[in-house]
Amino acid sequence: MRKKIKISINGESVEVEKGTSILDAAKQTGVIIPTLCYHKDLCIAGNCRVCVVEIVGQKRLAPACATPCEDGMDVLTNSFKVRNSRKHIIELLLSEHNTECTSCYKNGGCELQLLASEYKIMNQDFINLVPFHNYTIDMFSPSIIKDDSKCIRCQRCVRTCAELQGVNALTMSYKGDHAKVTTFFEKAMNDVVCTNCGQCVNHCPTGALVEKNYIEEVWNAIADKTKHVVVQTAPAVRVGLGEELGFDPGSRVTGKMVAALKRLGFDAVMDTDFTADLTIMEEGTELLTRLKGALVDKNPTIKLPMATSCSPGWIKYIEHMYPNYLDHLSTCKSPQQMFGALVKTYYAKARNLDPDKIVSVSIMPCTAKKFEANRPEMHDSNYRDIDYVLTTRELAIMIKQAGIDFMKLKDMHFDRLMGESTGAGVIFGATGGVMEAALRTAYEIVTGREVPFDNLNITPVRGIEGVREASIKIENPLKAWSFLDGVELKCAVAHGLVNAKKVMDSIVSGKSHYHFIEFMACPGGCLGGGGQPIPTSPEIRAKRAEAIYAEDEGMPVRKSHLNPEVIKIYKDFLITPLGEKSHHLLHTKYTPRNRF
Amino acid sequence: MKPITDLIKDLADQHGRDRHNLLPILQGVVEQEKYLSEYSMIEIARELDLPATEVYGTATFYSFLEYTKMGKNVIRICKTITCSMKGEKQILLAIEDMLKIKVGETTPDGKFSLLQTNCLGFCHKAPAMLINNEVYTELTPEKVREILTEYLNQTTEGGPNVN
Repeated sequence: MRKKIKISINGESVEVEKGTSILDAAKQTGVIIPTLCYHKDLCIAGNCRVCVVEIVGQKRLAPACATPCEDGMDVLTNSFKVRNSRKHIIELLLSEHNTECTSCYKNGGCELQLLASEYKIMNQDFINLVPFHNYTIDMFSPSIIKDDSKCIRCQRCVRTCAELQGVNALTMSYKGDHAKVTTFFEKAMNDVVCTNCGQCVNHCPTGALVEKNYIEEVWNAIADKTKHVVVQTAPAVRVGLGEELGFDPGSRVTGKMVAALKRLGFDAVMDTDFTADLTIMEEGTELLTRLKGALVDKNPTIKLPMATSCSPGWIKYIEHMYPNYLDHLSTCKSPQQMFGALVKTYYAKARNLDPDKIVSVSIMPCTAKKFEANRPEMHDSNYRDIDYVLTTRELAIMIKQAGIDFMKLKDMHFDRLMGESTGAGVIFGATGGVMEAALRTAYEIVTGREVPFDNLNITPVRGIEGVREASIKIENPLKAWSFLDGVELKCAVAHGLVNAKKVMDSIVSGKSHYHFIEFMACPGGCLGGGGQPIPTSPEIRAKRAEAIYAEDEGMPVRKSHLNPEVIKIYKDFLITPLGEKSHHLLHTKYTPRNRF
Repeated sequence: MKPITDLIKDLADQHGRDRHNLLPILQGVVEQEKYLSEYSMIEIARELDLPATEVYGTATFYSFLEYTKMGKNVIRICKTITCSMKGEKQILLAIEDMLKIKVGETTPDGKFSLLQTNCLGFCHKAPAMLINNEVYTELTPEKVREILTEYLNQTTEGGPNVN
C-alpha cells in the first residue's frame, strides 16, 4: 500500500495514493481534464499540452498527465489562466491541422474536432499554416492511409508502434516546426516493416492514420444484381460492433449483427468461426504430425515449436523480423483466407453458382486482413479468394448509412453450409483462444478423452499477461498416438508483437522448449484489433474478452471437431485434414522480407 | 577510405553497441562520408540491433548530420542575425557565383556542397563560415574566393582540415 496524500482539486479535497497523476486524481473527483496525446495503453508523453492545469503558487501551468500529485497541492483545472491557455493550445494545433472536417473519414470520431467543438473555436487567432507545409498523403498500403496534414504530432502512433508492437515502423523525424511522424526515409507504409496491424489507426486521435475503407466498393457489389455477395464475420466482431452502435463494451450482438448484414443486402451471411473450427482440424492435425515427425522419426527438417498463423499482423512481423524461422509457422491459412478459398469452390459448387459472380466480403476486427486478402498467393480458388475486407468500424458505418435501428433488430442465425460454429471457433477472438480450441480437439484426438479442465475451460491460457505458458501431460493415449504417452505438451501464448518478440528471442537463443505457440499481433488478441471500435483500452478489452468466453459457454457444441458442418465438409469435399484438397486450398507459404 | 560496413563495425567496437552509442557512430560515419546514406543507416541499425526508423529519426534531428549526398567539402554559411548584418548575403553570392551552385546544392564534380547553418558562436568575427570542421571568419568576398581556390587546388585528400 502506497502512502496516501491529500490534494485539492478546484477547491475540493481528495485523498490519493502518492504518485498518482493530477489527471487521474481529477478523474476520481469527477473532474474531466481534456487530453490528446494521453492514452491508457501508452507511456506518458506530455506532448500536446491540452491537459495543462494551474497549481496555485506555481508560475507555470503543468501538464496534468505528466505531473504527479504532491501533498497539499492546490490544483485548478478551470481557472481563467487555464481556460485561456488551453484554448490557445487547441487553436495552435488547429493552425497546423487540415480542418476540412466534412470531407475527413474521421469526421465525428476525431478527438481534436471534439475539443474544438467543446471550446467553440470560432475565430482563429493564428495564421493557417497548412498551405505552407508540404503535407503528403500515403495511400499505397492496402490497409492504412497516412495523411500528414491531419497529424498533430501527439506521437500516440509512434509510441503504439514501439511500445505495444515493438515494430517501430513510425518515428519522429526532423525537429521544431519541421517535426513529423515518418517511416524510415519517409518511404510508403507499404514499403517498410509495417505489419498493417492498425494499432496506430486505433490509437490516432485524428484522421492522420485511418484504415483504407472499401465501403463504396461493397455497396456497389451489393447493388450489382448479377453478383452474389457473400459475407463472413470474424469472432471478435460480434463483441465489438455493439460499441459503435450504442451498446456498452462487452455486449454480444451476434444475432443483431447477422440481421443487420441481411438487411444490408448480402446474399449470404456466414461465419468465419466455421473456418476457425476448420483451422483447428487442419492445424491440430499438423501439430500432431509435426510432433510425430520430430519426436518419433527425428526428422530434422520438421521444426518445433509450431507457431499459429491466424494473425496476419504476426505473419508479416515474423516475415520481416525472423525470416529464418518461417518453417516454424503452421502452413494453415488464416480462417478468413480458408473461408475465401472455400466460398469460390465448395460453396459455389454446393449452391450451383459461378465463382466468377461471387463477391466475397469479410468483416474483420483487423486492418492487416486487408493486406492479407491482397497477398498474391491468396488466389487458390483461381479467383481472388477474398474481394473486400471491412473492419468492424466500417460495418458500423454501413449499418448507420442504411438507416438500420440496430438496437431494435431481432436476432437472426447465420446461413447454413459455412455458418455453423462452436465455442472453440468463437474464442479465436481472444488471446489464448486458438490455443484453447486446439488443445480441446488435439487432446481428445490423442487420448479419446476431454481435456482435463473444468467445463472445458483451459484457464491457464486465458488472461491478459503478455506471455502465458501452460502444459498438458498426455497419459494413456489411444493406440495410434502411443508415442505421445507421457509427453508433456508445452504451450505458450503471446499477444502484442512486443511480447511475440520475447518468445521468438527465447526460441532463437535456444532457451525455450515449447511445442506449440499461439501468437496474436494485437493486445488482447483479435478483440483488441486495429479495426475494432475506438477507443480501445485495457478495461474495454477485458470486457470484450468476457463476452467472448460467455459466448463460448453459451454454445451447444464447444469442440471444433464436433462442428456438424466441419464434419460435413470433410465428408463431402475435403476428405481428410492435410489431404490433397486442403493442402491446395487451405494451406499457404510465407515470404521472407527485410527487417530494415 | 574504409568500406562503410567496416567503418561502422569499427566505430561500434570503439563506442559500444548500446542505444546511446548511436550518436558518436553517426558522427563517425559523417566524418568520413560527409553524409548518412540509406545504406549506412541500415547498416548502423543492423550493427546496433536498433530499428532503422530510430537511426533515421536521430539523423534527421541533428543539423550537422546530413542525410542527402554531400560533396567532399561541405560549406556552411552562418545565417544568424549578426553575420547577416555583417554581409553574409555578399559572401553567399560570392560563393554561389564562384561554384555555380545554390544553397543546398552540390557541384557536379562533387567537390563542394553549400549549406546554411545557425549561429557558429563567432558573432564577434562575423561573417563566419565552416568548411568541413574548419572555421573561417571576418569574411569578405575576396577572402572567400581565396579560401575556395585553395580547396579547389587540393589534389590530395584531407588538406588543411584539422579535425
